[in-house]
Amino acid sequence: MHVKDDAAAFKKYGEQYNAHWTPTVLELDSNGEEFYRVEGFLPLDDFLAQLMLGRAHMDFKQAKWAEAEKRFREIVDQLPKAEAAPEAMYWAGVSRYKGTQDATALKETAKSFTQRYKDSSWAKKASIWA
Amino acid sequence: MPIKFRHDVEKVLKEAKDQNKPVLLDFSAAPM
Repeated sequence: MHVKDDAAAFKKYGEQYNAHWTPTVLELDSNGEEFYRVEGFLPLDDFLAQLMLGRAHMDFKQAKWAEAEKRFREIVDQLPKAEAAPEAMYWAGVSRYKGTQDATALKETAKSFTQRYKDSSWAKKASIWA
Repeated sequence: MPIKFRHDVEKVLKEAKDQNKPVLLDFSAAPM
């Protein structure tokens, strides 16, 4: 929905979903509940990566560990320069660990952060697993 | 490939529920 196209719908759903700025893109589950939000303009690759990140987080929240890991890794593989890529690499490791209960997944993730995205905040967060 | 946006939000939400599919809800300033 667009402000210029349908101001009434924009107002109604903007209030319902607490979307008070544009652009705002929400990912909703099949029950219409918000599970991820992207606010503000992003270049195409960063925007796509954010949408993919949201979808992966949805699987994660539903404890679909293998699917979540696959989706997180797709971001790193397909959009490695996107801002969301380090976060995706972190959560891919967590998803693998949750699915396998094998702490090696976390160690390997920490090691990967010594080679890629080492200046990111996600590298700091993963450093505890080294 | 351009995305074909739909505008009937209630209908889309109902279909999403029936088909157990997620939905992208876009609040944009201008028509695409």
